[in-house]
Amino acid sequence: MQQFANPTRFLKLANAALPYIWIITLALFAVGLYGALGTAPADYQQGETVRIMFVHVPAAWAAMMVYSIMALASAMAIIFRHPLADVAAKTAAPIGAVFCFLALATGSLWGKPMWGAWWVWDARLTSMFVLMLLYVGYIAIWQAIEEPSRAAMVARIVALVGFINIPIIKFSVEWWNSLHQPASVFRIGGPTIDRSMLWPLLVMGLAYTFLFLALHLVSMRSELGARKMRNLLIARGGRS
Amino acid sequence: MKALAGLLRRDLLLAARQGGGVGTALGFFLTVLVLLPIGIGPDQATLQRLAPGMLWITLLLSVLLSADRIFQQDFEDGSLDVMSMSALPLEFVVLAKAMAHWLTTSLPLAVAAPFLGILLNLETATIWPLLLSMILGSIGLSLIASIGASLTVNLRRGGLLISILILPLYVPILVFGLSASTGDANIAGPSLLILSAMALASLVLAPLAAAAALRAYLK
Repeated sequence: MQQFANPTRFLKLANAALPYIWIITLALFAVGLYGALGTAPADYQQGETVRIMFVHVPAAWAAMMVYSIMALASAMAIIFRHPLADVAAKTAAPIGAVFCFLALATGSLWGKPMWGAWWVWDARLTSMFVLMLLYVGYIAIWQAIEEPSRAAMVARIVALVGFINIPIIKFSVEWWNSLHQPASVFRIGGPTIDRSMLWPLLVMGLAYTFLFLALHLVSMRSELGARKMRNLLIARGGRS
Repeated sequence: MKALAGLLRRDLLLAARQGGGVGTALGFFLTVLVLLPIGIGPDQATLQRLAPGMLWITLLLSVLLSADRIFQQDFEDGSLDVMSMSALPLEFVVLAKAMAHWLTTSLPLAVAAPFLGILLNLETATIWPLLLSMILGSIGLSLIASIGASLTVNLRRGGLLISILILPLYVPILVFGLSASTGDANIAGPSLLILSAMALASLVLAPLAAAAALRAYLK
């Protein structure tokens, strides 16, 4: 990781890789959506509404993955003083918040026909809602503190303290009796979901991951640009 | 250890002489207790069912409202700078301040709350389990509040930000605190153990996190 610590080298690499990442993202979405909306069968109980799963589940995975990346980047910033780690954590947060909102919103749309209610206060839903609040708090800290280096130091701690919630979300369906179904893909003993539905789900999960990667790189690039501009303005004696 | 005790004594003395700390928090607690039956309606059976939850939430809010005072005064007049340069590690300074907050605010509230529950027609059998779970839970409440206070110590409108940062972290204490106050021994026993575990874990982790945040502001 250390050889990417130089922002110039990182930008060069990111610029070179971005077009390919976008192409892979689009291809994965094309295949995944074809599988999800076309070839995957309707559920014998849920009918066509089961297709919401292909947007809902990967969004929830992505929301948790992004928070973990944020916490990891914050830890790297504290341990290795990696100059890009704070930028990575800061720019990941809004993207993760959108994934989290998407998971909550599609879950709500799915819950109405299946459970008969838009929202139930169940362990999995509540802990995802808390994740959304943690994202909002993290973003708020960056906005509340004007000086970037100080904001970075404080935000690292917010990200790391909030990481406690991630295992709680993962195991919430096992620890508490829950309306939300238990894990059916990443579980001991292999997935319980049928192959015809499993492969589009996994492809969609991969597509979301690549979408995050692409958006994250773009966002990091513009954040680095904004910092450079700020430094130049300060150096010229202008007001930032 | 001596420095820790000295710091704790100083904070307790300050709290006692300035006054207002416990009194204001308790006043807030009572105000919310008056508002709740007006909002929900005076039906005794409904109030009895909701009482433990309402008392817990009121406790969380009262602790939260007093949280920004943990470091603010010492930060503003510079005493925190002096403390950070003393031989005592900043983690222990945080621990002393969180303990002082617990002793002056959270603990009195936790002790008073179950008895004030009589106003909400709380079942008398629930008072003792509620008291026990609130005292255990309040340790974690104060320590986590110290994280929030340190994160926002130098911010205008820090109070609003504290609630966004801290209330999500209070959720586990609320969940297990409530299940410990049900009175059913099969559920209450393990819940009390988990509450104690959370109190111990926050005793170790909260001073680390809060001290790291304070260092960012003291630079």
